[in-house]
Amino acid sequence: MRAGTGEKGERGVRSPAASQRSFAAAARTAAKRRTSQRLSRLPSPLSPRPTLFRNRIVPVKLAAFAACLLPLALLVTDTLRDQLGTDPVAQLEHRSGIWALRLLLLTLAITPLRRLSGYAQLVRYRRMLGLFAFFYACVHLTIYVAIDLGGYWDQLLADIVKRPYMTVGFSAWLLLFPLAITSTRAMMRRLGRNWQRLHRLVYPAALLAALHFLWLVKADQREPLLYLAIFAALMLLRANVVIPARARLRSQNASGRSRSEWPEG
Amino acid sequence: MDTASTPIPGNPLSAARRDEFRVDGPMTSYKDATHYNNYFEFGTGKGDPAQASSAFHPHPWTVEVAGHAEVTGRFALEDLIKPNALEERIYRMRCVEGWSMVIPWIGVPMGEVLKRFKPTSNAKYVALTTVNRPTEMPGLGVPVLDWPYREGLRIDEAMHPLTLLAIGMYGHELPNQNGAPLRLVTPWKYGFKGCKAIARIEFVEQQPKTSWNEAGSDEYGFYSNVNPDVDHPRWSQRTERRIVGDGFSVFGNRIPTLPFNGYADAVASLYAGMDLRRNF
Repeated sequence: MRAGTGEKGERGVRSPAASQRSFAAAARTAAKRRTSQRLSRLPSPLSPRPTLFRNRIVPVKLAAFAACLLPLALLVTDTLRDQLGTDPVAQLEHRSGIWALRLLLLTLAITPLRRLSGYAQLVRYRRMLGLFAFFYACVHLTIYVAIDLGGYWDQLLADIVKRPYMTVGFSAWLLLFPLAITSTRAMMRRLGRNWQRLHRLVYPAALLAALHFLWLVKADQREPLLYLAIFAALMLLRANVVIPARARLRSQNASGRSRSEWPEG
Repeated sequence: MDTASTPIPGNPLSAARRDEFRVDGPMTSYKDATHYNNYFEFGTGKGDPAQASSAFHPHPWTVEVAGHAEVTGRFALEDLIKPNALEERIYRMRCVEGWSMVIPWIGVPMGEVLKRFKPTSNAKYVALTTVNRPTEMPGLGVPVLDWPYREGLRIDEAMHPLTLLAIGMYGHELPNQNGAPLRLVTPWKYGFKGCKAIARIEFVEQQPKTSWNEAGSDEYGFYSNVNPDVDHPRWSQRTERRIVGDGFSVFGNRIPTLPFNGYADAVASLYAGMDLRRNF
């Protein structure tokens, strides 16, 4: 119900200029929404007490949340059922790491996807995806330090300093750390323009994470190169190299208001 | 891991267990040793060899022997092996990637076999080549290495009593994915030196070119002796994850890596006076 009254309360701050800019788009979407509301049995956007499913985004977001937890759930059940194969620690490391990288790239894909599709709501999933990427990076690091190295911790520092793949992997985690702790709305408000600047660290973090994968494989680089290619493609899309001007214009109209609230990233 | 209940495929082999070649502690399960290994001719995943090697035909098998020796030619596998009694030896196997296993091999000492070809004084090295059968080995379509797979040993390494030409493991013939019908086992070297499905043995004067060394000469030396003091440029070789036994094995697998994989007493003298950091 982005055009309804309920949204203001949920979204918080909003500048008058942005409201104006997006008025036309908002009105158009509102008309569409009215039709779909008649079809669904959702309460009216004007209902005074918001309920959980007042906004269609909530159930979708819950489903996305559950989907993001699925790789972890499978990792845990496979571990408990001894289904991780011959070298379970290597599997735990690989699977947690690959999901950190995938979610990080998915986070980076939100803005280009939003521009291409014109579906502005996508940005509402970005923080969640980014935090899950960091979460899996933490799981990955914890498995390496606590389970794999277990007892041989003197190797850790040497590894991080001497092994480029470890250096870049650990750096990626370090870069994500401040992004995770400044991901709240309050921090966003407090940091203002600097928030956006800070959160540009996500690009080097994703690049380093992909390099971490590339540099640890012995010979067959096809899979890590695929992730690097996806990263490069996302960067090109972001640089407006690929998206035709018309699509850009359309998405600007469609996402006008949210642009003011959710910094481009 | 249901190793106990599942019969091991392949013909059983009777071999005398050599007690001097033993490893204290548990062995790797048959399932793990045969379903988690590197054999890029069948794919680069460690489960690929077991899955993609069923079309491979290891019988009948001949080996071409060439180079600086009085006896050369093409020999049936049976004729190479038959003159010697089969031995079972339990060896540690340390992969350059940082994991290790304990595997009971069956075979004959390579030196005993090579001696019968009467290598000449020009035979300074032994060059080994894996069979090249793209129709039976799907991994050969992917140029991760310069095929066919080539390995090599200095002649004294090849003649060393620890060096085994294996035709079996776990009391049975080698399965396709582990190098059937004939492979090299050099337990003091990283696992990739153990050339599989050997099709050609050549006595040469110059140090032969080897696949991994050509793929990355700074990462994989010709000798590739297990050495905790010489790291792989990209990762440490100080410790290893030991894959042994059955059941739940998430914790406590890491152990220190030993010089020459624990076989220093037997083989260190081969490298006396050599700078092992340069000759890695």
